[in-house]
Amino acid sequence: MIISGKGGTGKTSVTAALAFLSEKPLVVADCDVDAADMHILLHPDFLSQEDFFSGSFASIDSGKCIACNLCAQVCRFNAINIVNGEYMVRKIDCEGCGYCSRVCPENAIEMIPNHTGLLFCSNTRLDNILVHAELTIGAENSGKLVSRVRQKAKAVAEKSQINNILVDGSPGIGCPVIASITGADLVVVVTEPTVSGLHDLERVIQLASSMGINTSCIINKWDLNVEKTNEIEKFLKEKEISLLGKLPYHKAFNLALNKKLTVGEIKEGKEISEVLKEIWNKINLKTK
Amino acid sequence: MKIAIASGKGGTGKTTLSVNLAYYLSGKLGKKVVLADLDVEEPNSGLFLKGKLLKEQPEYRPVPVWQPDKCTFCGKCNSLCNFNAIASLPKTILVFKELCHSCYACSELCPEDALPMENLKMGISRVFSINQNFTFLEGVLDIGQESAVPLIKKIKELAENKINKDSLLLFDSPPGTSCPVIEATKDADLVILITEPTPFGFHDLRLAVKTMRELDKKILVVINRYGIGNKDIEKYCKKQNIEIAGKIPYSRKVAELYSKGLLLESCLEVQKELEKIAKQIYTNLNIY
Repeated sequence: MIISGKGGTGKTSVTAALAFLSEKPLVVADCDVDAADMHILLHPDFLSQEDFFSGSFASIDSGKCIACNLCAQVCRFNAINIVNGEYMVRKIDCEGCGYCSRVCPENAIEMIPNHTGLLFCSNTRLDNILVHAELTIGAENSGKLVSRVRQKAKAVAEKSQINNILVDGSPGIGCPVIASITGADLVVVVTEPTVSGLHDLERVIQLASSMGINTSCIINKWDLNVEKTNEIEKFLKEKEISLLGKLPYHKAFNLALNKKLTVGEIKEGKEISEVLKEIWNKINLKTK
Repeated sequence: MKIAIASGKGGTGKTTLSVNLAYYLSGKLGKKVVLADLDVEEPNSGLFLKGKLLKEQPEYRPVPVWQPDKCTFCGKCNSLCNFNAIASLPKTILVFKELCHSCYACSELCPEDALPMENLKMGISRVFSINQNFTFLEGVLDIGQESAVPLIKKIKELAENKINKDSLLLFDSPPGTSCPVIEATKDADLVILITEPTPFGFHDLRLAVKTMRELDKKILVVINRYGIGNKDIEKYCKKQNIEIAGKIPYSRKVAELYSKGLLLESCLEVQKELEKIAKQIYTNLNIY
């Protein structure tokens, strides 16, 4: 089960709150590896850690280079430039295609594997398991690390005989999102009643339905703009997507966040928790 | 001069700052401004701007197309591709276009010229005139396209052709710290990081600062929804010697205007912050 949607709509807060409310054991997977925040609320113990490599980048051995310029000529990414008279690869521009290394007559170009992140598996203070990752600064988020987080979550769940995996997805419609929702039983899109919330909701739903994935929706901050909320509800009806619930624009989420807790754990969050419980029950019926 | 508006976390106010700042600079200060929305996965800036559509066109990226009559099934293409985008089978060659990075290696190194590159549509670009000083561009990635980077490159090129030495080019960047953000910020003269004073905002700001320092960028920070959290970001910026260019106060009115897709011209407290931010930009870029 995946939570997805536009940045800042409340994916992580909602996912963490549901993890707190769940009576059944859960594996939580944070697939927003670009800006992984779930650990801030769940306080994991970083029990195990593994390195993650993906792709490679070119490196020129200046001792072997004869400055024939062939590498710079074939590079479509303008990653090879002459700096102080030497041919150099600008790592940030290198796509790792290896074309340069294949055409170099002197075999002076080596492809070096990219360390793109760390993968963690932790126990959390809520007594569930969290699989999370940290993307190396500026690394390519090809969706591979996201897939790895999901694989790991699945393996851990099987090993611990846990049936439910709750995934905090990443924003957008590109590769990380495609990687996080592929094969999900249910995608829950968290949206907000703003022009951009609706716009992005339409795009995510189009993506999920093109992949044949069962989708439903939560409207967060629904009373911020009642008119927009009505518009979203109408849109959902048209697309036959069920609305799991509407959460009010409420200070409790923010109060909880500032205490690094989930919304169900603070007294101001009582009202929100009731709605979330209903949502959680509906989700469980849908994924049975 | 190029200014990228970015953030680690999604939903902190990149679009809000981009459109309102561009509007302020072009209106109040009479500066020539080009704003390009580089969040091509979920482009939202255009929802806040009313203007005249000057041009709309499809954008393409090159991918190899297999020519069965020329192919000798030597299998070279398969071993050349670092992205697993080509599978060479005994009687056919499969090209997985969505995995292709358009490096041309397979195409140009095929001994039989059996893989010529052809254009594949990846999305569209639009150019608008908002007022006589303000040009707006956006890119919209087609649903199902995995990589945003080639379209971001295209939109950047289009935008760069629209500026002269006196104009300011603003980029509304995608969220995160990975390849789309790098592409959007790597040529900027100044990067403005927008964040919010919550533990999520703080965590993701630190990632964004690290990323921008790695790229050797000049940075400014703007705190949005000022007042909803704590002072951690201010303390951090002071320690790191990062200028806070503005603090946009939290108010429900701002959230409501945003939800309707309206600019914040009527919010005096926001305009006051934009004035400060503009001043900081001018100082940092030596504009008088």
